[in-house]
Amino acid sequence: MKRRDFLRTGIGASLLSGALPLFGGLESVKGMPASTEYDLAAVRGGNGGDMFDRAIEAIGGIGKYVKSRQKVVVKPNIGWDAPPERAANTNPDVVARIVQRCKEAGASEVYVFDNTCNKWDRCYRNSGIEEAVKAAGGKMIPGNTESFYKEVDIPNGVSLKKAKVHKMILESDVFINVPVMKHHSSTRISLAMKNLMGVVWDRKFYHSNDLHQCIADFCTFIKPDLNIIDGYNMMTKNGPRGVSVADVTNLKALIASPDIVAADAAATKMFGLEPSEIGHIKIAHNMRLGNMNLEELSISKQKMA
Amino acid sequence: MNYSKLKKARVIVSLLFFILSISLFLDIYEKYANETVQEILYLQFIPSVMKFLSTFAIGTIGFLIIIALTAFMGRIYCSSICPLGILQDAFAWIARKRSTKKFFYKKKKSYPILRYSLLGITIIGLILSFSTIVTLLDPYSNFGRIMTYLIRPVVVLVNNGLSLLLHKVEVYTLSPVKLVMAPWFIFSFSLALLATITYMSYKRGRLFCNSICPVGTFLGLLSKISFLKIQFKADNCTKCGKCIGACKSECIDIKTFSIDHSRCVDCFNCLTACEDSALVLTAKKQLSADITNNERRTVIATGIGLLLGQTVLADVKTKKDTSKLLVNEKDHPVSPPGSISIKRFNDICTGCGLCVAACPTQVLQPAVKQYGLIGFMQPHMDYLSGFCNFDCRGCGQICPTGAILPITIEEKQLTQLGKAVFVKENCVVYTDGTDCGACSEHCPTKAVNMVPYEGKLLIPEVNQDICIGCGACEHPCPIDAPYKAIFVNGNAIHQAAEKPKEEEQTTAPVEEDFPF
Repeated sequence: MKRRDFLRTGIGASLLSGALPLFGGLESVKGMPASTEYDLAAVRGGNGGDMFDRAIEAIGGIGKYVKSRQKVVVKPNIGWDAPPERAANTNPDVVARIVQRCKEAGASEVYVFDNTCNKWDRCYRNSGIEEAVKAAGGKMIPGNTESFYKEVDIPNGVSLKKAKVHKMILESDVFINVPVMKHHSSTRISLAMKNLMGVVWDRKFYHSNDLHQCIADFCTFIKPDLNIIDGYNMMTKNGPRGVSVADVTNLKALIASPDIVAADAAATKMFGLEPSEIGHIKIAHNMRLGNMNLEELSISKQKMA
Repeated sequence: MNYSKLKKARVIVSLLFFILSISLFLDIYEKYANETVQEILYLQFIPSVMKFLSTFAIGTIGFLIIIALTAFMGRIYCSSICPLGILQDAFAWIARKRSTKKFFYKKKKSYPILRYSLLGITIIGLILSFSTIVTLLDPYSNFGRIMTYLIRPVVVLVNNGLSLLLHKVEVYTLSPVKLVMAPWFIFSFSLALLATITYMSYKRGRLFCNSICPVGTFLGLLSKISFLKIQFKADNCTKCGKCIGACKSECIDIKTFSIDHSRCVDCFNCLTACEDSALVLTAKKQLSADITNNERRTVIATGIGLLLGQTVLADVKTKKDTSKLLVNEKDHPVSPPGSISIKRFNDICTGCGLCVAACPTQVLQPAVKQYGLIGFMQPHMDYLSGFCNFDCRGCGQICPTGAILPITIEEKQLTQLGKAVFVKENCVVYTDGTDCGACSEHCPTKAVNMVPYEGKLLIPEVNQDICIGCGACEHPCPIDAPYKAIFVNGNAIHQAAEKPKEEEQTTAPVEEDFPF
């Protein structure tokens, strides 16, 4: 590494970690020179891990997001005590490959957690994610008690003004959001923005105070550096938990973007809905938290053999 | 015979049973979730009797083994297998260590009226299926409640403190566990019990076992006629009194060279204390010591008295009225999966709290008045505390009495404990006009489904045919109790739920590879 690179990385990293609470988000310090990479990548036809590799290459490579000695937190959907083939949780292959690539990029630690709906240790185990993450060199950490969460102010939120956020989200340098693409009975679809309900403690507040608005509000507090939507298996109905494998289709898709709204918009279209039909996507777009108009973005579309 | 080896063996066996029993109740990481584990409790007397009465399973003869063992060599059960007895030995041991008295125990009279009355009441309770009495008096269940409602929370607190410290240095081998305290009434009850037992055993050894415990009294009757007994060799005795000072049951009478075998718990302390070989464990009668006529008369008298008392108890039984709970929301509380019906469950469960300790989601909580008097301290499905995990049947696997049967996971997933009832007037979608659907999200069978409502809103709709009453809807409902917008109304008798239909894919993903 050249000295200039080293300094730049070092300063960047310290800014990232130090400035986080001050600016209320990473956007402000990430305004580095515009790159020629795509805004969003969509890949079809491969296995979860390989599709991730293709997608991340198209949006700048893992090195653009993860620098040496950074602490990374990966947030998959591990909400349910269900096996991988039910697609209620993120595919373990995708999560494992992300952890592996982060470690290769020099991450000091890669943490993985979710605030689950079912009993957390059963979810971690039966989703296959715990084993896959450990094998890839990551650390599974719990999120099952309030002691892991810290209350933060969300000044720009409309309905959600305060939330208790998992400390790992607040303390990490890089935040990678890895939802699974699935149907959802109340928000119609569960994607990247919806997945962030798993980093807060009190979800009941969301449900009783305009669910869609709260989901969008949270993104005014923090947006993930990277969103990887796993659509290797997609739950098409009976979501978000699903009843049986009859609810699942083997879509073989993956979407990656630093823009959470754009990623959700693309996945919504793959699901067969329009982004503007989904309350929180539309609200987030209108709040300028991202862009749901895909025609305004440069998109890499790749089909694997 | 080498009595010190015999005593050592007794201590080792006791500790083994004790530690295994304790570990069942303190398994906070769910390491024990399988059926073989409950065999640790196979020999527990009352649970075994209950299981035998409830299931007539041929394999459930733990109590017969104990009866045979007692008939052979006395109340070895009380010394080595009963966890409450062993716990008392621990207190008594501390008391003796701290005492400077040369002779710690003295010979004391027994309390025949009290102990035979309590035995009689227990038997009547068993016959009439009035399990509250058994619940209150069974030593194993009392021990269970001490562990589940008093000790377990302490262990959870210590674990949570340690795991927080370890997390600070990036070690994640321990993780915090949700701390759930028993209702204060049950907590206080267990605490009072522990205090009583501690005091009694600290002062007077096995007084509880020989005056209150119905199992001790019952086995005591048997051990009077047991084949092997501790007996005096009067010729060798120097009347030093060391045996009396060592006897936790206070049952050795040196004046008449007699031992009250109904109270002797086979701890063998006297055998090792005696330096003159004046006490032996033997089958031969060393010195005739018949049951005194007096005592026999007391037994019969109390028996008759209690028979008369039956009618009173029978009245109490018919008076129980769970339907009074109707006033609020639910016709019936919800009993755990595998309990078949509330009535059956109430009849068998002794409220030991093992399932409460083992339940991974802590949805099983001891009832104070949900079931009425008869179900005091028996577990019920408390959907404010959690909801039943669809893929778990841990309570049935671990229940030592057969009150919760070990049904298969397929059976469990089609057993309807109650029915979800939707209260539109309380629902956020109706009152606030915003999306919610927390109930439908969690529903494992999609008995709660979201259907179109005003505008783009979706509102819950319940299909009770496929509802299993697990509480996955009631628990996450954001409206506080008792105004939940969806709740589970218990089934008095569990019913069969229909299997959710596995419909063909209706919303096939778009044909295009990239529809943008």
